[in-house]
Amino acid sequence: MPLSTQSQAEDEQYVLVASLDNARNLSNILRAIAFKDHAIFSATPNGLKVTVEDCKCLQANAFIQAEIFQEFTIKEDLVGFQVNLTVLLDCLNIFGGSTVPGVSTALRMCYRGYGYPLTLFLEEGGVVTVCKINTQEPEEPIDFDFCSANVTNKVILLSESLKEAFSELDMTSEVLQITMSPSQPYFRLSTFGNSGNAHYDYPKDSEMMELFRCTQTQTNRYKMSLLKPSTKALALSCKVSVRTDSRGFLSLQYLVRNDDGQICFVEYYCCPDEEVED
Amino acid sequence: MEAPVVGTVLAKAIHSLSRIGDELYVEPQEEDGLALRSVNSSSRSAYACFLFAPLFFSRYTVPRGQDFRCKMAIKSVQAVFRSLASLEKTVEKCHIELDEQKNRLTFTLHCKHGLLKTHNLSFQDSESLQAVFDKDSYANVFRSQPRLLVDTVVHFPLSLEEVTVSVSDERMWFRNHVEDEAERSKAMLTELCLASDEFDHFAVQIHNSVTFCLKELRGLLVFAESTGLPISMYFDEPGSPVVLSVTDSVLEGNFVLATLSDDPKRSKNYTERAHTPPPLPPDDFMNDDIDSYLIAMDTSIAPGPSATGPPTPPFAGSASSKQPAAANQGTRLHSEEEEEEDETGDSDRPPNKKFCSLFFGSVLPPSSQMSTQPVTTQEEVLASDSEDDTEV
Repeated sequence: MPLSTQSQAEDEQYVLVASLDNARNLSNILRAIAFKDHAIFSATPNGLKVTVEDCKCLQANAFIQAEIFQEFTIKEDLVGFQVNLTVLLDCLNIFGGSTVPGVSTALRMCYRGYGYPLTLFLEEGGVVTVCKINTQEPEEPIDFDFCSANVTNKVILLSESLKEAFSELDMTSEVLQITMSPSQPYFRLSTFGNSGNAHYDYPKDSEMMELFRCTQTQTNRYKMSLLKPSTKALALSCKVSVRTDSRGFLSLQYLVRNDDGQICFVEYYCCPDEEVED
Repeated sequence: MEAPVVGTVLAKAIHSLSRIGDELYVEPQEEDGLALRSVNSSSRSAYACFLFAPLFFSRYTVPRGQDFRCKMAIKSVQAVFRSLASLEKTVEKCHIELDEQKNRLTFTLHCKHGLLKTHNLSFQDSESLQAVFDKDSYANVFRSQPRLLVDTVVHFPLSLEEVTVSVSDERMWFRNHVEDEAERSKAMLTELCLASDEFDHFAVQIHNSVTFCLKELRGLLVFAESTGLPISMYFDEPGSPVVLSVTDSVLEGNFVLATLSDDPKRSKNYTERAHTPPPLPPDDFMNDDIDSYLIAMDTSIAPGPSATGPPTPPFAGSASSKQPAAANQGTRLHSEEEEEEDETGDSDRPPNKKFCSLFFGSVLPPSSQMSTQPVTTQEEVLASDSEDDTEV
């Protein structure tokens, strides 16, 4: 493969080198969090984490473990930078995205360190393109301080059932209200729109409910505009875990299988709009 | 009112009504069932009503003796039944409940995997919306499988506003309607001819043409095609509405569309009042000569009833009596919510394009039969006024 014919000497300059035979294994998952132009990249020996934030109340993270990459070399404990995600996605898709099986864009992503651009070597069908994207000083991602110990309610649902509900949500409603309770209605999504309100109830014993662990009745509202981008992640995923903590903060974790069947994760954190104690 | 019902027919009817107007009028009736209606509110030139008999539902309860009517934005109801394809696969039961105190209509959909969807829609009080028409008195009656009409309208562009339907003893023509004489030479003219044997029933008493809005017709066609019900079509004079119906044992749908009233200035092919009827050419379409066909087109429309007997109304046994239009003078009621518009299509002096609006009766209580069939009430209401002498 042409990309691997770079000399050893060149490689030594890079603090991060990550290669994929199929760039879609990166671009698909990044699209699930691409609701803003800028993304914060943090690479550790475990893999790559990409963060996008909005309004200081919404954060989305995509995790691609080191094992997903054909090559993942990192010379420091933490490598961080910020790039324009829209531009990055355009580059990853520079060959137009062929749907012919067996044909894919290969990627070699290289970063020399602070002040250097992110270099992408992309190859398809023998044609190589080199892209250099300017990087910025990475902002500190918000720490939502969401820890398992404070989780009051947790459910894991098969994405299939939630996809239908999310596609039908009344967009004239400013908020999405989520009720989780050890008793009826167990798990409820509610909207309050122009023509009335709507409720989607999932019983705890439904086949779609893989895990149901609710300790107290909680009702929280979240801005619909903030949660709307999460539907992209939902569309890609096969399972989703919904957790709320004692403050009413929401954590949505999506299990995504890439083209090769490998597992990646996307998570969304959202602050409540207002607290409605039930 | 409670009405658990299985099936997407209700949803299809609502989607169909959305092609007519923006608001859905809901009237649950004790004996006759649930009536869903819509009207083209801007020009009142189209009205549609679906009546679901109590037997359509697996359970139907209406509080006794109550006259209830309401209306709501049709988009809100469509949102409940958004995806027809998924409805069929996932909805096991649908429950509709009316809460008069809270002014709410609740749709509860019991879906697969235990998912419960509840929609609480707010409504407004409304009064009765009921067009009065007597299709049994119409001169021309047809019935066909929906496929025939669907295959016919597919040839007309979606942007086409109006279509003209002309009939003779053995043929029905569909043409796109072009406004101005001047435009006729520039516009593309499309014409389709259907033979009477393509219909299940074809009874013509008057050879004439009516022009009406195609878009509203398409709404009914979609419904008929997906439910497989034959479509009956009734029309009379231009200016008199055309009525299209679908019916089966538990439901009845009627689309009443206003037609262009007669314009004596346009004395070409489409008027039926030819004073000196030209000799009728041999109605022979086995002959493939295009020229003779075109000539036959221009002169084939002749007045006078054909030799067919009276049309067999599909709804035999209708209890209402027929109201001759001329008998009702000066006692016209209108739905209180609208001003009387100056759209009385007068055949003496029509402007170039004029739709007759349909007059709606505000049905006064209590009428024993509140169905879509015409009602004998104290105040009689006209369906059209093309022959009316009095003005309002």
